Amino acid sequence: MSTQDIIDTLAGIEPGSALDAIRARRQQARENAQKSSLSLFEPIDASDCSLVERAAVAAFVTGLHGESPVAAFYREKLFANPAGGSLLEVIEAEIARGRTSGPYGSYPAGPLSIENTAGLIYRVSAASKPALGARLAAALEHAHLLVFRPRDAAAGDMKALLEAGWSTTGIVTFSQLVAFLSFQLRVVSGFRTLAAVNA
Amino acid sequence: MSAAVNPPVAFTQDELGWVSWIDPLPEAELTERHYAGLVDRARAKSEYFRLLVRDPEVLEARTKTDKDIFYNVVDGLPRAERELAAAATSRYNGCIYCASVHARFASTYSKRRDDVQRLLDEGVKADLGARWNAVVKASVALAATPIAFGPDNIAELRRAGLDDAEIVDVINGASFFNWANRLMLSLGEPSK
Repeated sequence: MSTQDIIDTLAGIEPGSALDAIRARRQQARENAQKSSLSLFEPIDASDCSLVERAAVAAFVTGLHGESPVAAFYREKLFANPAGGSLLEVIEAEIARGRTSGPYGSYPAGPLSIENTAGLIYRVSAASKPALGARLAAALEHAHLLVFRPRDAAAGDMKALLEAGWSTTGIVTFSQLVAFLSFQLRVVSGFRTLAAVNA
Repeated sequence: MSAAVNPPVAFTQDELGWVSWIDPLPEAELTERHYAGLVDRARAKSEYFRLLVRDPEVLEARTKTDKDIFYNVVDGLPRAERELAAAATSRYNGCIYCASVHARFASTYSKRRDDVQRLLDEGVKADLGARWNAVVKASVALAATPIAFGPDNIAELRRAGLDDAEIVDVINGASFFNWANRLMLSLGEPSK
């Protein structure tokens, strides 16, 4: 019986391999990383954050991290969504505009101010806005903040999402989505590197 | 939603509070589905968890992932070093709240409170000895975007004495805090 999950697939971990055995010793973590993914991408209730919104944000977030099997996986997911194919080109263009290096941003004024680092404050291009709509445009801007400069996040960013039509529950799901992908990308990258070193 | 009281401006091992910028569910409105999402019923008292429980399925899966990565110590990396990976990631991403909790845990399990404090005061470049330096450096490389983790990090962890199961614990612990930091930093703020 294959126990391969999404992380195994993306990291190239074969059933029966040494890494498979190590992952098996953290069975609850493995099963629940998979459940996290399923509850984000196959939710029982998508009324506060639609499936195409989830797929578009996932393609954007993983694309911002650079080309990888994870980015290709979520690009496919967006393409497979009936309303997603037409967004693909727009998302690709926004990824190209948004790519930079993080984390950067500012701390609350005080002794840490010396560590403040300036960087790109990403905004969706005027050309992409009509295709994305207000909700998704606001989501991409917020996702960029979470990916590259989470320490810049402020109460006003919540207000911007609410004003763009996101519900409070939608904001929670959407934040979990971006944060979860930040985890999944790193686990996959770490495991791929370890598997390659051992190959 | 409550007003932030006196937000901290430096990294600390002190106990901090956390206040949400958007409305958590009121305790009186929680159903059995929500309690399943909270995993521990006592978490109904926490503003942070009553906010996240608006999506109970994701919260439940996230909490169980977290618990296994950090608390399943049948084998693998000692608790102290899993907490060090969490604290270093939080220090690098700039999450004062998460860093406070996990620096405190790292101190408790390692009995190296001064070294942990140096990580908070001096940042992720602080010299904490070869083994801890390797864990911190690997955590930071994973937290960078684009991700900067590579074969050199694994070689350094091995030189410091970690086997592959322990390296997987570093990867899991550091990666998980890229999830946690982004929630704590963006949905509310710490208070003293």
